[in-house]
Amino acid sequence: MGSTRHKKPESENRQVRQRSDEHVFPKARVRPQIFPYLLVLPALLFELLVHIFPMLVGVGVSFLELTQFYVRNWSAAPFVGFRNYLDGLDPSGPIGGALAQSFLITFAYTVLVVGGSWVLGISAAMLVNSEFRGRRWFRALFLIPYALPVYVAVIAWSFLLQQNNGAMNTLLVDNLHLLKERPFWLIGNNAFWSVVMTSLWRSWPFAFLMLLAGLQSIPAELYEAASIDGASRWRRFRTITLPLLRPVNLVLLLVLFLWTFNEFNAPYVLFGQAPPATADLLSLHIYVNSFVDWNFGLGAAMSVLLLLFLLVVSVVYIRVLRVGGEGDA
Amino acid sequence: MPEGKRLVELRERYGSVDGGRTPGYLSRKDFLRLGGAGVAGLTLFGGVACGGGSGGAGNTLNYWASNQGASIDQDEQILGKAVKEFKKQSGISVKIKVIPWSDLYNNILTATTSGQGPDVLNIGNTWSASLQATGAFLPFDGEMLDKIGGKSKFLSSSFAASGAPGETPTSVPLYGLSYGMFYNKKLFQEAGISAPPKTWDEFVATAKELTGPSDRWGMALEGASITENAHWAFFLGKQYGGSLFTQSGKPSFDSPEIVSAVTQYVNFLGKEKIASPACAEYSDGISSPTDFANGKAAMLVYQNNAERILRTGGMPDDEYGVAKVPLPDPLPQGGEPIMSHVAGINLSIFNNAANQEGALEFVKFLTGNRQQIELNEAFQSLPVTEDARGAPAFSDEKLKVFNEILADNAEPMPLIPEEGKMETLIGDAVKQLFARAATGGAVSEGEVKEELSTANQKMAAGG
Repeated sequence: MGSTRHKKPESENRQVRQRSDEHVFPKARVRPQIFPYLLVLPALLFELLVHIFPMLVGVGVSFLELTQFYVRNWSAAPFVGFRNYLDGLDPSGPIGGALAQSFLITFAYTVLVVGGSWVLGISAAMLVNSEFRGRRWFRALFLIPYALPVYVAVIAWSFLLQQNNGAMNTLLVDNLHLLKERPFWLIGNNAFWSVVMTSLWRSWPFAFLMLLAGLQSIPAELYEAASIDGASRWRRFRTITLPLLRPVNLVLLLVLFLWTFNEFNAPYVLFGQAPPATADLLSLHIYVNSFVDWNFGLGAAMSVLLLLFLLVVSVVYIRVLRVGGEGDA
Repeated sequence: MPEGKRLVELRERYGSVDGGRTPGYLSRKDFLRLGGAGVAGLTLFGGVACGGGSGGAGNTLNYWASNQGASIDQDEQILGKAVKEFKKQSGISVKIKVIPWSDLYNNILTATTSGQGPDVLNIGNTWSASLQATGAFLPFDGEMLDKIGGKSKFLSSSFAASGAPGETPTSVPLYGLSYGMFYNKKLFQEAGISAPPKTWDEFVATAKELTGPSDRWGMALEGASITENAHWAFFLGKQYGGSLFTQSGKPSFDSPEIVSAVTQYVNFLGKEKIASPACAEYSDGISSPTDFANGKAAMLVYQNNAERILRTGGMPDDEYGVAKVPLPDPLPQGGEPIMSHVAGINLSIFNNAANQEGALEFVKFLTGNRQQIELNEAFQSLPVTEDARGAPAFSDEKLKVFNEILADNAEPMPLIPEEGKMETLIGDAVKQLFARAATGGAVSEGEVKEELSTANQKMAAGG
C-alpha cells in the first residue's frame, strides 16, 4: 500500500485509527471474529478425519494384538503394551532382524534415489535454463515421467525389465552385445537396482522442476559479472548457483527424502507382495506384515517406528540447517 | 500492513461495501445458518460414506464371485444365466460382482473389518480357516447344512477344505480344482516317447530328452509365484513323507522331507536344467501354461483351469494329454501318493446378511446338481458334489484324471488361521531359491534348508 503518500504525524494517525476502529468494529473487541475460523473449520475437520484420526488409531492399534481373530471387533483385541515394538526393535529376532535389514535396504535406496534425482535434476535444469532452440520441448519431455500415472509407469518398467523378452535385455544382450547372458532384473540381487532405477526415473523430474524454478530466480547479472571477472563455469556453479539454490535445495532434499523413504508403489507394482530379499523396502515390508500376515498390531508398530524415525530426521534437518529461516525464504 | 488500518483505508476510499455490516463479523443468524448447512452437508457425506453396506435387504442378494473364466465379462455372462434361473425359482434377485483373483483377498478382508460386505461370496478354499477365524461368516452347522442338501452331497475331499478341522465349517465347496500333469502329445510322439512318465526319475529323463537346443524345454513352472511354490512344497513334501506342521501344530518347513522336496523342485531348473531359467521370474499364472501352449515346454504340472489358458493360447484339445502327477519310486518312508492339495473355490455367507434364508437358498442352488454341471463345465473346473461328478460332461479323459486326483490323491493345505502367512513365507523362500538357481545353477540341500529355516523362524515367531 502507498503508505508513504499519506504520511501524517503519528499522533494524528493514532487518533484516526482509534475513531475508525470504533466505527468499523463496534463489537469486534468484545466478540472474536468467527468467520475466518469458520472458513478454516472444514479443512481442519477433514485434516483431523483424514490424517490425524487414522494416525492416532494406528498408534492405538500398535499396542494391540490385532490379528484376524479380532479384526471384526477391535475392542476385543488383547492389549500387549510395547510387545509389538520390542519385537520390531529386536535385531536378533526374526521379526526385528527382517525389519532392520529392510530399514538398511530402504536407507541405501533412498540415498541413491534422492542423490541421483538431484544430480539429474540440476543437470537438466541447467541445460534448459540456457538459451537454445527447442528448449521448451526438452522441458516438456523431461516432465513426462512425472506426469505419467505411477502404476502405468511402473508396469511399463516391469515389462522392460523381464529377463526373457524385456526391452532392457534385448538392448544390452541382443543389440549392443554388452552382456553374454541375459541377467534377471526382477529377482535376485539386481532387483535392488531395478527399483532404484524405476524410482529415480519417476522422481528426478520433480527435482528438475524445483531446481529450474530456483535457477530462474537467480539474476543473470551475477553470472555476467562473474564471467567478466574470469570465473570458470565450475566456479560460477560453485559460488553463485549452489549458494543461491540453497533454500530450494534444503526443501527439495527433505521432501524427496520423505517421499522416497516411504515409497510403496514402485516396489509393490514391480514385485507384488513378496519382494526379493534385496528389494524389501520398508513400506512394502509393513504392508506384508499387516495385510498378508494379518498382524495389524505389529504392522502398526512398525509404521509408528517409521513415523518417529522420519520425524526425528526432519526435525534435526530443519533445526541444523535452519530450513525456512532467514535467507531461506 | 495491519488489518484494521487496511480496512479503515478501504472504508475511507470506497465507503460501505456491504450495507453497513462489518466484514469478518458474522451475525448469530448467519452463524447458525452456516453451521446448519455444514452439519447437513456432513450428515449427507456420512450417509453416502456409510451407505452401500450389506445390501441384501428384502429380495435382493449381493454376490461376490471370484473371476473363474477368461474375463470378467465372460464370468458375468455365465453367472448371469444362473441367477436368472435362480430368480425364476425363488423370486430372489442376485446382484453379481465378479472380482479378479488378485483383489479378492483384500476385498474380503476389508468387508470383514468394516462389516460392509456382500451376502454371499466366493473364497479360495485354502483361506477357509483364516477367514473362519475372523468370525465374519455364518457357520454351516448341521441344521444349516441340511438346508442346503446335507454334507453328504459333497465330495469328502472337497468338503475337508471348508474350515479348520474339528470346527463347524464356515464355507462349502463350489468349484473343484486339482493339479495334474499336462504333456504335449506331438512332442512326445516326435521323440518316440510312448507314455507319460509315472515317476520323478522318468519325468526328469523324459524332460531332458525333450529339452532341445532352440529354447525348448522339458517342462515349465512358475518359479516366482508364491502360491504355486507353496502348493509344490506341500504336495511334494507329502510324497517324501513330510508335513509343513508337526502334530503339535509347530511349523516344520525345514524338516528333511520338505527340504528334499523343495530341493528336487528347484533343481528342475537349477541342476537338471529341464526348465528355462526364465521360469524363475514367472509369477502371473499365465506364463508357464503359455509356454506349454506354444510348444516351448513339453510338460506342465498345473491345475486343471490351465486348460482355459491353453485354449486361449491356441493349443487344440487333442494336442495335449493329462496324466497323474509323478511320484518318487519307491515312495520314501511315510510318503503318500499325494499329487495335489484340495484346490478350489468355496461359498460363504456373511453373518450380517439381511436375508440369510435367501442366502442359504442361493448356496443350495449353486451347489445343486444342475448348476454344478453347468457352472463347472463353463469354467473348466471340477464338480464338488458326488452326483455331478459322474455327469457325462466330466467324462472326458483329461477331466477324469483331475477328478481322480481330487478325489483320491489330494489333501487340503494345512487349515490354520495363518495359512496366508504360511503360503507367503514358504512361497517366498522357494522363489528366492529359484532366483539363485536361475543364475547360479544347482542348489544344495544346505542352501534350501537355510532358506526354509528362516521362513520357519518367522512363522514360529508369530509375527
